[in-house]
Amino acid sequence: MANTIIMPKLSPTMEEGQISRWLKKEGDAIEANEPIAEVDTDKATMEVTSLEAGTLLKIVIGDGANAKLGETIGVIGAKGEDFSALLNGASTNGVSGKAEEGTGRPGDEQTNESAKGSQEKAASTAGEKEETVAEQGAQKLKENVSEIGGRSYDAQRPEAVDESESKIQNSESTTRLIVSPIAARMASENDINLKSIKGSGPNGRIIKRDIESALAEVSSPRFQVSGQENESASQTISSFEQTPEVQGASRFREENTSKMRQVIAQRLAQSIGPVPTFYLTVEIEMDKAMEFRKQLNASVSEAEKVSVNDIIVKVAAMASLKHPFVNSSYQGKTVRFYEDADVGVAVAIDEGLITPVVRGANRKGIIEISKEIKEMAARAREKKLQPEEYTGATFSISNLGMFGIEQFTAIINPPEAAIFAIGSAAPKAVVRDGEIVVRNVMNVTMSCDHRVIDGATGAKFLQTFKQMLENPILMLM
Amino acid sequence: MAILTIRDALNQALREEIIRDENVFIMGEEVAEYDGAYKVTRGLWKEFGDKRVVDTPITELGFAAVGVGAAMAGLRPVIEFMTFNFSILASDQIINHAAKMRYMSGGQFKVPIVFRGPNGSAYQVSSQHSQALEAFYANFPGLKVVMPSTPADAKGLLKSAIRDDNPVVFLEQERMYGIKGEVSEDPEFLIPLGVADVKREGTDCTIVARSMTVPLAMQAAEQMEKEFGVSVEVVDPRTIKPLDIDTIVKSVKKTNRLVVVEESHAFASVGAEISHQVMEHAFDYLDAPVKRISCAEAPMPYAKNLEELALPDVPKIIAAVKEVCYL
Repeated sequence: MANTIIMPKLSPTMEEGQISRWLKKEGDAIEANEPIAEVDTDKATMEVTSLEAGTLLKIVIGDGANAKLGETIGVIGAKGEDFSALLNGASTNGVSGKAEEGTGRPGDEQTNESAKGSQEKAASTAGEKEETVAEQGAQKLKENVSEIGGRSYDAQRPEAVDESESKIQNSESTTRLIVSPIAARMASENDINLKSIKGSGPNGRIIKRDIESALAEVSSPRFQVSGQENESASQTISSFEQTPEVQGASRFREENTSKMRQVIAQRLAQSIGPVPTFYLTVEIEMDKAMEFRKQLNASVSEAEKVSVNDIIVKVAAMASLKHPFVNSSYQGKTVRFYEDADVGVAVAIDEGLITPVVRGANRKGIIEISKEIKEMAARAREKKLQPEEYTGATFSISNLGMFGIEQFTAIINPPEAAIFAIGSAAPKAVVRDGEIVVRNVMNVTMSCDHRVIDGATGAKFLQTFKQMLENPILMLM
Repeated sequence: MAILTIRDALNQALREEIIRDENVFIMGEEVAEYDGAYKVTRGLWKEFGDKRVVDTPITELGFAAVGVGAAMAGLRPVIEFMTFNFSILASDQIINHAAKMRYMSGGQFKVPIVFRGPNGSAYQVSSQHSQALEAFYANFPGLKVVMPSTPADAKGLLKSAIRDDNPVVFLEQERMYGIKGEVSEDPEFLIPLGVADVKREGTDCTIVARSMTVPLAMQAAEQMEKEFGVSVEVVDPRTIKPLDIDTIVKSVKKTNRLVVVEESHAFASVGAEISHQVMEHAFDYLDAPVKRISCAEAPMPYAKNLEELALPDVPKIIAAVKEVCYL
C-alpha cells in the first residue's frame, strides 16, 4: 500500500525544512532506512531516510521548496500503484469537503470522510437521510454543519481554486507576496524585507509568527556551520534557463537561498551597510604571464596586441566559473548563478568612470577580449556606449596598476558579488626556495559580498586565479 | 452581594424599578397571575397588584401598541414577550412606531419603553421558536438592543434600560435563566448601556461573544489555555446597539486575531457588523481573517442531534480560534 513521506522533525527547533535536493528520482527503488533526500533545516543540512522499502512514486515537494513539519513531501509504495487517493487525502489542509465532487472517485470520498471529525460524519449521515425528503434546507444544513466544524466558510469554493493556489505557493516565480496586515506592519517597523521571509500561513501567507521568528533569529543566531553548506549548489549547476533584463547579458538560473544563507545575509548586512563587504588580498608572480604575453604579441599584428589586463580578464572569467558563488548575485530569497562570466572592466573617463562589459569572457579568446575592451574603452571616452554595454556585468575588474598603485580595495557594484582590484606588476625581491630572487609581483585584492561569498569561497577562488596567472598553460585545462 | 439566577436578578431589577418609579409597569401574556411563563415576574402581581402588572390577551401587536401609547403619554412600560419570536407580530409597533416616534414628532414625544423576553434557541422548540433576532432590531435607528450574559449584567442593564428615555429591546435567553452569579443588592446598581465588558483577559486571540455564547466562549478560552497555551480574551459587548466598538478594537489591536461567536444566523448578522467595524478600525492589526461561528444557515431543526449541530458549541469555537492562530 502506498504511503506518504512526510517532512520529519530533524532538529528540536525545526518548524519547516527546505528540500536541498532529492537523492532519489521518481520510480527509483528505495530500501528501508536509505537516505532519500537532503533537507536544509534551521540548523544544518540533514538526510531524510525512508521508513520503509518500496518505490518512490511521486515527489510532491521538489528541490529547493519548503515543507512544514508533517507535510507530505513524497509518496512511496509499490511500482505502478495508484496513489492519487492518498495525495487528495493528504492535502485536505486546503481542500474543503467538496473534494469528492472534483475527482468523482469513490476512494476520495472515503478519505475525506475519515479525515473529518466524527461529529461532522454524524451530521452528513443524518443529512443524507434528509435528502430523500428532497428538502433544500436539510441539504443546506448538511453543508453548513460541516463548515462550522472548523472548516472555512467557503464550502462552495471549487476545488480548482485550491489547486491553483497551492501551485502558486510551490512555484519559484511567485510574484505576489501574501502578508497579514499586522505582519506587514511589524516588518516595516523592524526594517525586515518581506521577500526574505517564508510565510507559514495558508498559501504562504506571511503572518505575525513568521516576523516574530525572523526577529528572534536575528537577535539570537543558533546556527552551526556545517561543512557541506551549499556544496550541493555548486555541484548541481545544470541549466541556465532564465534570461536577464539586460539584452545580451548572461543567462542565469536562480536557486532558492538556504535558511543559513538568509540569516548570514541578514546579520552581515546589519553590520555593514546593505552590501557587507570583506577583502582578500593575494600576491601573484606575473613573470610567466608576462612572458606568455610577450610570446603572444610577437606572433600577432600591432592591432591585436594584448595587455596584461586582458589576460587577467580572461583568467578571472575562467576561474569564476569554477567557483560559481563568485559569478553570482544575492537576490534575497534566491542566489542568481550566471551561466557566463560577463566581466565589467573599469575605465577611467573625464567625468568619472564607467565599466564596459565583456560578455561571455570565459568563451572568448584573449585577442577578442582585448579588441573589445580597446574598442569599448575608446567609445566610453567619447561617451558613446549604449546602456546594455556598461550594465549587467556578473563581476568587475578595476586596474590601477598603470598608475603605480601597488594595492588598493575597490567597491562592489551591486548586484555583483565581487570586484577585483589589480595593482601594478613590479619587480620585487622575494624568497624562493631559500634564495632571494627578483620576481614581478602583482597584488590583487578581491572585494566580496559576504551575503554570498564566504571567506573560504573567496580564498579558493583566488587560489585558482593565482595558479592560472602563475601558469598560464593551465588556461588550456 | 447575593448569589442569584439571571431569572431572579431580572425579577429584582423589575421590582426595584416598580418601587422606585410609579410610572413603571409590566404588561404581557401570563405576567401577572401565572408569575410569567419563565417566572421572571414571580410575586410581582401579588405584591403590586393589577395596576402595575397587567395580563394581556394573546395579542402581541395590540399590547405592544398600548405600551407605545402609554410611553408617549409619560409612563414607562416594560412589555414582556413570551418569546421574542412572538415580537415579530408586534414588529410594526416596535419598528414603525416606538423607534420612529421621537424623530417623526420632532422630539415632542419620547418613548421610554422596554420590550423584553427570551431570544434565540431553547431546547427543541423547532424552527419558529428558536430565532435570534438581535440583528433584525439592531438594524433600525431609534432602537437600543441589549443582551446580558450574567445575572449582574442582567440586573444592571435592565434597570438602565427601564430608566432610558428610548425604546430598548432587551433580549434574554431561555437556556440562561438558571445561570447563577453574584449580584449587587444596591437599588442604584446600574450598568450603563453601550459599554462592553472584558469577561476574560488574554493576549493571543479575541472572542467577541454575547448572551448564550459567552459561557461557551469562556469554556473554549479555558481549554485553549490548558491544551494549547493560547491566551484568549473574551469580550461581551452586552449592548448590541449602541455597540462599544472601541473596547473590541482595543482588544483586537492587542491580540491581532478575532473570532465572533453568535447564536443568530450569519448573513447580515451582528457578527458581520463587528467584523466590518474591526476591519475598518483595526485592519493594520489583523494577523488573520476574522472568523465567525454562527447558527447553521437553515431553519432550526427539531431533532435534538441536528439542533446541537446547528448551534455554536465549544469544539467549533476552539476550531475557529485555532484557525485564526494558525494552529
